[in-house]
Amino acid sequence: MRKPILELTQSELLTADPVFDAQRVRKDFPILSSFVKQQPLVYLDNAATTQKPVHVIDAIRMYYSSQNSNVHRGVHYLSQLATEQYEAARETVREFLNAESTREIIFTRGTTEGINLLARSFGRNHLKPGDEVLISTIEHHSNIVPWQMICDEKGAILKVIPINDAGELLMDEFEKLLSERTKLVSVTHISNALGTVNPIRDIIRKAHTKNIPVLIDAAQSIQHVPIDVRELDCEFLVFSGHKLYGPTGIGVLYGKAEWLEILPPYQGGGDMILSVAFEKTTYNDLPYKFEAGTPNIAGAIGLAAAIDYFTALDMDALIAHEANLLTYATRRISTIPGLTLIGTAKQKASILSFTLCAVHPHDIGTILDQYGVAIRAGHHCAQPTMQRLGIPATARASFSFYNTKQDVDVLVNAVEHVLEVFG
Amino acid sequence: MNEIRELYQEVILDHNKQPRNFRVMETPDSSLEGFNPLCGDHYTFYLKFDGDTISDVSFQGSGCAISKASASMMSSIIKGKSKAEAGHLFQLFLDIVTGKIDPMEHLDELDKLAAFAGVSEFPMRVKCATLPWHTLHGAIGGSTEASVSTEG
Repeated sequence: MRKPILELTQSELLTADPVFDAQRVRKDFPILSSFVKQQPLVYLDNAATTQKPVHVIDAIRMYYSSQNSNVHRGVHYLSQLATEQYEAARETVREFLNAESTREIIFTRGTTEGINLLARSFGRNHLKPGDEVLISTIEHHSNIVPWQMICDEKGAILKVIPINDAGELLMDEFEKLLSERTKLVSVTHISNALGTVNPIRDIIRKAHTKNIPVLIDAAQSIQHVPIDVRELDCEFLVFSGHKLYGPTGIGVLYGKAEWLEILPPYQGGGDMILSVAFEKTTYNDLPYKFEAGTPNIAGAIGLAAAIDYFTALDMDALIAHEANLLTYATRRISTIPGLTLIGTAKQKASILSFTLCAVHPHDIGTILDQYGVAIRAGHHCAQPTMQRLGIPATARASFSFYNTKQDVDVLVNAVEHVLEVFG
Repeated sequence: MNEIRELYQEVILDHNKQPRNFRVMETPDSSLEGFNPLCGDHYTFYLKFDGDTISDVSFQGSGCAISKASASMMSSIIKGKSKAEAGHLFQLFLDIVTGKIDPMEHLDELDKLAAFAGVSEFPMRVKCATLPWHTLHGAIGGSTEASVSTEG
């Protein structure tokens, strides 16, 4: 099998680097040619949300202009059309993830709802007092709080895989934490605060030796790395559409059918039932059992358009471009006096978190904004990560394939200006 | 870039670098935490009263330049003021940083606080500037050993 691109060394990358034409793809994103504070927008907040190509915007406009109707209900023409489009979107996601069946693709509002769904449904039947759920130190709050809530309710215990100072999971500790009490492992693929790429294949394999199911939070990886759920062999995987160049309010929970079949529904309502009587309700089959109420139809169609757009790009070239961008940015920004990189894992992707001597990240963010540079400043919804590293917050630049070395140059110039303001 | 100079005026940068009254008070009459959970600005304010007068004030904590300079300048200006005068300044300060009134018309009362007028051009930073004042308002309003948050 080909070596995963993320594991290539820098010299291997350079030789394997097919040219990715960032300037050409930028034209597909209308917002990227806009101006902020009279400066050309330099959008480096892609880990928060990505921009949308015209293909996605058009798909949503077309749906509402000529296809809008409710799904799985009416016998009229438009309802049939909307249903076909919605289910075609599910098939697009299935193929994208290489899932076995569309029964395994649940549309959600996003990563957060996907994890909440699983925490509630899995927790109800599979957690009892003394059981353990295992997460890591570098999780987003959305992969912490739902588990805290269900553990509190069930008397179960939340255990945490520790990290080293570089922001890498301590795999020896992980193995020690796996026991017969562990009922689920839920870890992020890529840390949103630090950019660490976790060794999820290893995590899944080790959890499986003890028959423990694994949930992968792919919110930060789905837009950077090809994901094949059958190759990974994870039981569950979640991501958000809006971080994959799609609309907000739509996301996906993938689950192996054998698991989704035995888990109880999350919410009750229309669409998730076969028949309702006051005495007894029969739930619908997969995937509808987990999709109560009218779904985000336009969102699913927009997500499918985003996936079509994304998969048409040259993936090897894209990955090499993003890796080169991160290397270039890391090298350039490291030369700024007083700047400390936060998160220095050997395997990193697309995220550059840093602090600047005595300047608070929010002051950095405000000044960069004057240069049209959009970054995130704060704790990145990962307060336990920040606490572990002993810092209140960081400034974070996060890259997409449409970013260029020129964007990095503007960033570096703006950060240097922060130092001038603060003397 | 003039807006940036308006925001980060020399006096603000100076108070950020060398905050005044930046210490823990051993036996305060009132202490109150101010916390912005979204950005992590976190301060504790300590107050001593002589009757109705704020006789001493100090603070500790960490946050951005705007919040720290605001806390420092507030501590300097309210020392020796009555609770009612401090309450009046609180309202005036809020009106200045949200752009509701013209600071030029209140220069005498505002003194150095006029430097925060530039914040009104940065809506996302208003809560940084007002966090110390909201906390003070809570403290002179009678709360003790509680906390004030500028979010939610």
